[in-house]
Order: sequence, then structure tokens, then C-alpha cells
Amino acid sequence: MHLYVLKRLLAIVPILIGLTVIVFAIMALIPGDPATAILGSYATPENVEKLNRSLGLDKSLIEQYFIWLGNMLQGDLGRSYSLNRPVLDEVLERFSATLILAGAALLLCTVWGLLIGIWTAARQYGWTDKILTFIVLIGISIPSFWLGLLLILFFSVQLRVLPASGMFAIYGGGDLPDLLRHLILPAFTLSVVATGVIARLTRSAMLEVLRQDFVRTARAKGVPESGVLYRHAFKAALVSVIPVIGIQAGFVLGGAVYIETVFQWPGVGRMLVQAIATRDILLVQGGVVVVAGSYVLFNLLADLAQSWLDPRVKT
Amino acid sequence: MTALKLIARNHLAAFGGIVLLLVVAMALLVPFLPIADPDLTDPANRLKRPFTDGAVLGTDHLGRDLLARLLWGTQLSLVVGAAAAVIAAVIGSAIGIVAGYFGGRTDSLIMRGIDMLMAFPYILLALAIVAVLGPGLINALYAVAVVNIPFFARNIRGVTVALAHREFVDAARLSGMNDRQIIVSEILPNVMPVIVIAMSTTVGWMILETAGLSFLGLGSQPPQADLGSMLGEGRKLLITAPHASIVPGVMIFVIVMSVNLLGDGIRDALDPRLRSGALSRPAAATRVDRTNNPPETRKVDALLKVEDLHTEFRLGSRTYRAVGGVDFEVRAGECLGIVGESGSGKSVTALSLLGLVASPPGVVTGGAVRVDGTDTLSMNGEALRRLRGGRVAYVFQDPLATLHPLYRVGDQMVEAIRCHRSMSKQAAWDHAVALLEQVRIPNAAFRAKAYPHELSGGMRQRVGIALALVNDPALVILDEPTTALDVTVQAQVLALLSDLRRERNLAMVFITHDFGVVSQLCDRVAVMYAGRIVETGPTDDVLKTPSHPYTKRLIACVLELGGGRRVLSAIPGLPPPVDDLPAGCAFAPRCDKANDQCRRGDIVLGGNGMRAVRCLQPEGLPI
Repeated sequence: MHLYVLKRLLAIVPILIGLTVIVFAIMALIPGDPATAILGSYATPENVEKLNRSLGLDKSLIEQYFIWLGNMLQGDLGRSYSLNRPVLDEVLERFSATLILAGAALLLCTVWGLLIGIWTAARQYGWTDKILTFIVLIGISIPSFWLGLLLILFFSVQLRVLPASGMFAIYGGGDLPDLLRHLILPAFTLSVVATGVIARLTRSAMLEVLRQDFVRTARAKGVPESGVLYRHAFKAALVSVIPVIGIQAGFVLGGAVYIETVFQWPGVGRMLVQAIATRDILLVQGGVVVVAGSYVLFNLLADLAQSWLDPRVKT
Repeated sequence: MTALKLIARNHLAAFGGIVLLLVVAMALLVPFLPIADPDLTDPANRLKRPFTDGAVLGTDHLGRDLLARLLWGTQLSLVVGAAAAVIAAVIGSAIGIVAGYFGGRTDSLIMRGIDMLMAFPYILLALAIVAVLGPGLINALYAVAVVNIPFFARNIRGVTVALAHREFVDAARLSGMNDRQIIVSEILPNVMPVIVIAMSTTVGWMILETAGLSFLGLGSQPPQADLGSMLGEGRKLLITAPHASIVPGVMIFVIVMSVNLLGDGIRDALDPRLRSGALSRPAAATRVDRTNNPPETRKVDALLKVEDLHTEFRLGSRTYRAVGGVDFEVRAGECLGIVGESGSGKSVTALSLLGLVASPPGVVTGGAVRVDGTDTLSMNGEALRRLRGGRVAYVFQDPLATLHPLYRVGDQMVEAIRCHRSMSKQAAWDHAVALLEQVRIPNAAFRAKAYPHELSGGMRQRVGIALALVNDPALVILDEPTTALDVTVQAQVLALLSDLRRERNLAMVFITHDFGVVSQLCDRVAVMYAGRIVETGPTDDVLKTPSHPYTKRLIACVLELGGGRRVLSAIPGLPPPVDDLPAGCAFAPRCDKANDQCRRGDIVLGGNGMRAVRCLQPEGLPI
């Protein structure tokens, strides 16, 4: 088991390196002179050259990459020119808000996705199945950013029961109940598509497993139907669903970009959109690296969860 | 085209297809429709509500007609989404074909790169690309296309790898074609359908994603407007003019939903498992749909009495009569062997006894199965559950597939115990270990903690037997328990079963295709052919003087050690398909004694109590 964990940990190192290479390459492809972009078109040539040197842009690309990587490993992601503060500080602050939102959404979509998947599989072709399957189809077809707007219209404007924006009330205490009230709508909105995907996959995995011989064995030894469904079929189905939950973590982290914009959640997604609009490239770079890196870690967790569940994986 | 028909029969998919066609037709016809200029501002009439004069869907914040903007925006969104899909498909498929066709280093290098791209959350990568290229509709299109390339590359690579080693590719290479020619003329036509399907399932996503980027203000820039940027503009006036956000959102939703409905329909139509019913959930017990109405209980002196059992499989319009009227009985402590070729219905008979035939497609259509006189086919779920693994237990063929892979074998036994009696976990565990010892598993306390895949085949089958014995059953039904084992292990397991039978006075129904096994263990034997018993009697009698020609041939198939003088003869031909049984004797087509009489009318199982045979010209046994 420990050996397996170690192996998985080592396996993500090249992925993380590749990830930084891609981010660096994309940013290096930016047309034009970054120094001019930062200083504006009225900058003097001396200033541009000075900035170029201080940014290390007079060196070769490979050298630049290693300098950038080295700085990053020391926690230096550069300085955001639009906010005039270190990128790392801004990104971490924003990312913690995103984690609250994405974590809540991931929890919601996992729980509901699995439950709906089991229910629909257990009642295949029944009315529960048909209705839930249709709702799930609506869920994966609805644009999340539009759903967010509809929910704001209904719950915040019409009913006035939930706040439409922000993470805390401006004059509120900033306590947990306040956070939860602000979290409900965006977390739900963000979870809808992933719930649908997980539910569909769970349903088909359950149906596949329920045909297996070991399920017949469970029935033959007199296990009640609920035990057959939850203890036997569900556990086996979960093995193939967990990697997809890991992938959904990526969709939730990415989808947060829309939801944070709609609900003005102070997360890293909204920060990225603003940074792109102001062409604050270092901020974009830092945000992308942190979010993508955390996605890699999510997938590692999914891998480990799978190996914990399925003893055959470890060998 | 059966696939097209299947889609048409799937109402939801057909509905999605029609809606999509309407939307596309509308988008194509926009220039010719009598609608207002989408860019004509009219501040006096700004933010008019829908269904007012002159503006069916109302106007936006600049007084522009929303209906006109919606239709033009739809056109733009569809074009951009489709273009992104085409670009992603072309580049992704090209990468996939190259990787899959050339394999080796090229493949691993390319796929490593693709994996790297997939390590990014989807939308994030698109954002990074837009950040570099700058906001704009064309740049958003590129971003969405690039992000979808890995999906195509992976799928198409998989298909190509399978194709690259097929005979027709080798043939093309031998005929002197170079790689480029082979890819274009042999590979591409074969992967094309996969590419088209992958596109049809992703184009909805791509429309959604480009709309999303536009919504964030990173896609289409004013005055040009696709559905996403309309929504983005409408959002700023969400509270004063909700219709400006609702209208474009509905359109995105309708497009994506109809694409998904159609895509699901296409996928289902092409999935052979769905057509065969292999993806439907089997019920807790086999469906019983009997024409006869036997009494629920009847006093019988046998432990198990099967009366005229009929089991069918109904697949689509076809009916496979797997078991066509089987009668037998087993007394306490007695062992009955049921012998037959694969497809003779012997396993289905065994599974029918306690409703374990997967249903759908299995249906019990007649007869009764009495355990202690009570008909199991009339039992409710709970009574049947108590019987299963309680008084009657099963041992199945391949214990690697029939034991749960994710639970320790001891825990699987504990569960079986605790489903039938209240016993503490520890006591149940001890009982399980004791039973593992009884089935001669060395170091049982340790092995109880093993997972099935950690045990050898013989060991697993011993676990399967122990699992059947946990609740002291009176009857064990063994469905080819030794078939998957090595010959030496097979002998050990048979010896074990023979001992257990004696020690515990177990009754057994032993299903096998091997007369050799029957002779070692069974008191009586029933020979099945095409879903019916053709001969039955005490094992020794049947072995010595088989009277049905089929029995005789079947016995002749058994190899006897040291018996080199006997001719090993296979039976010519195959058993008849059970959805199309011939009239008269089912064995007639393979029987060298068959005459016209044999091919006419039903032949009864006739005999004198102990011996019975279903043949008009039985051998060695006067009727």
C-alpha cells in the first residue's frame, strides 16, 4: 500500500513538470513585447530594456523557463502589475475562496450524483428512472451561467431569501452561517452539470455490475435486495465511478470561472477573467498553475481512493 | 439503416433531432426572414417587454429587437460551435491516427503530450489560450477547438490501433502502398464513422463553451453578438429587464439539449448491448408468468420436487425455450446428477429452482418447484430470500467471477451467515474460519482475510463450497463446480464433496457435462438435451446400459484412463437452436437411428419408475 502511494506520488512529478512547461510555453507565445505591454506604448526604450532585463527576457527561452520554475518553487510567481502585489498572495487568497465553492459543489455532485445513479439503476425503466433521467439530461444541457442567473432571479429577486452575490454580506459578521447562505446558490449551480455526469455514469456502471456473476452469488446466499444494491453492486460500481469524480473536479474547478463571475464570488476564476481583460499575464500564469496543479492533486486523491477500495489495483 | 430506424423509434432522440433541424433551418434562413435589423438602435424603445407591439421578444438596453438579435446570434453560435468541432475533429483525429498507426515511440511521445494537455481543467486551458491570443470570437473558437483536441486524439487513436494490425492493412502494405496511401485509403474510411459520432456528441459542448467565453466577455465583441455575449449583456440588467437574459439562455439550452438527446439516441442505437437487453437490470427473482396454477403447498415426500418446469428467454420478438418441461425429484441425502452439453438447459434448470435466472430476459412460464412441498415459484421475496442460502444453497462454476472481488472471503461468509441468523460478527467470523478448515483450506484463519484474487482456483472453489455450507443447508445445488479447475484439483474437490455429503447427509443436485464426474458422486442421473430430460435412472444402470442414443454417445465421449481400446467419438452436429426446435425428438437430426416417426409429435418420457427414457427406439430397455 505504501509502495503504491509512493509510486503514484512519483508519477505526478512529470505531469506537474509538463504542466509548467505548457503554461510557460503558452505565455511565451504572447505576441509583442511584454515590457511594452506592461509599460504601455508610451514607454521610453531605456525603460523597456530595463524592464526586459529585470524580467529576464533577454535570456534564452530555456533559461527563462528554469529561472521561472526556480522562482516558482521558492514561492515567487512574480508581481501583478494591475494589482501591484505579489501574484502568489493574490492567487492563494482567491484560491481559498474557490476551494470553498468548488469543494462544496464537488461534495454536492458526488452525493447527489451517486444517489440518483443508484435510484435510477434500481428502478430502471420505472417512472422514477424516467423522470430522474430526464431531469439529469436537463441538468447536463443547461448552461450553468444561465442557470445561475435564473436562480438569482427567483431566489434573490423574487423570493428575497438568498443573497445574489459575494461571499459575505458587506456589513455582516463574516461568520459561518453568513458564508453558508452565500454559498448555497453558487455551489448548487456549479454542481448541476457534474451531478448529471456522475449520475449517468453511476447508473450505467450499476446496471453493468448488476449483471455480474457475483451479484447472482449474493442473491443466492440470501442477501436482501437493499444489501445486493448497496453493499455488492454499488461498491463494485464505485470503482469505475471514482476516476470520473476526479475528472469532474476539473470541470468544477473550471466551471467556477463562470459561477464566480455570475455570483461575484471572490475566487480565482473571476480573478483570471479580470486578469485577462487587463492583460495581467503574470497573474493569469500564476492562477492557471495553481488551479491546474490542484486538479492534478485531486486526481491523485481519486486514484488513491480507488486503490483503497479495490485491492486488485495495488498489485 | 437499422440505426436510423432505432433513432426514429426513440421518441426523445427523434424529438431532439427535429428541434435541432428546426433551429438550424431557422439560422440558415435568417437573412430571408422578415425581421428587424439586429443592430438598429432605438433608445426610445429600450427594454421593451416581450410580446409588445413590434417586438415579439422585446428589446434590449439599446432598443435593438431581441428576436432579430436572437436569430442572428443563434446563427453565429451554431457556426462557431460547428467550426470549433470541425477544427478539433480534424486536428485531433490526425494526431490520433498518426499515433495509433505508427505506434511505438511516436505514439508514446504524442500521447504523453495529450495527457499533459488533459491534466488541465478544460475551461482553464481555454482561458489561458484566450489570454494569449486576446479576447475575440475567432480566438475563443480556437481556444475551444484546441481544448477538445485531446478528446478526439484519444478516441481515434484507440480505434486506429485496433485497425493498424488488421489483415486488410497488411494486405495494402504488401501491395506496395506507402504509409500515407494506407492511412488515406484504408484507415481513414474506417475511422470516419467514429469521428462523426464523436463530433455529434461534442458539438453541443463546444457551442456551450464558446457561448460561455462570450458570456465572460472574452468571445464575440460588440456590436457582433452570439448567444453568449447577448446573455452577458443581458446579465447587467438582470433585475430591471430579466427577459434580455432569459431569451438567449433558453436558446442555448434548447440547442444543447436537442444535441444531447440526439447524441444519446445515436449512442444507444449503436450500442449492441442495449439492443440485446444486456443492460437491463435483472430483478431480485426470476419473473414467473405461468399458465398453469399449481397449489402453493402440497405434501410430497421428496426434499425437492420439480414438476414440469418451463423457463424461456424472451429477447425482442424471439423466444428461446431453454427449459421445456422438466420433472425430477431429490430426496434427503440423495445426489442427483444432471448431465448435458452446453446449451442443454441444465444450468438454467438449476438457476430456475430459486428464481436466480436473470430476468429480463428470463421468464418461468410453467410448472412448480417444491422445496419441502412449498412451491418456490409462488413465494414472496422475503420467503424466497430466507430459502436462498438457508435450506438450499448454491455453488457456482467460476469462483473468480462469482465471489465479490472487493470483499475478503471471510467477510463474504460472515455476510451470508448474518443474513440468515442473528450472530455476532466475531462468532460468525469464527464459524466461517471453522468451515474453511472443514473444506481443507490450510491456514484458514489467515486465508479468511484474503481477497478472492489472492487465492488459487482450487482454493477459491473450496471457499465457494464453504460459503454454501455456512447455514447448514439440506440441499446444495452445484452448477458445474469443477469445470474451471485442473484435473488434479478437480479430483480433490470431488473427494471433498463426497466426504461432506456423507458427514452432513447433504442432498445435492450436481450439474455437469462430464459423465466421469457423475459416476464418482451421484446416486441418480438425468440426461438433458435441448431443454428436456431424455433419460434418467440410477447412475450405474444408465452408465452400463444407456438406452437413449444421445446418452450412449455422451458416455462414449468420456476418456477413460488406461482404456485405450475404446474409440473416442464426438457427436456429429450441434444441439438444435432452442428458439426453433424441430417437431418430435430434438436429437433426431444427429441420431443415426432416427426415422420419420421420430420427427413427428411429442415423445413422452416413458419408463418404470426408476428408469425412464424419451425415445421411440430405446436400446437395451424394453418399454
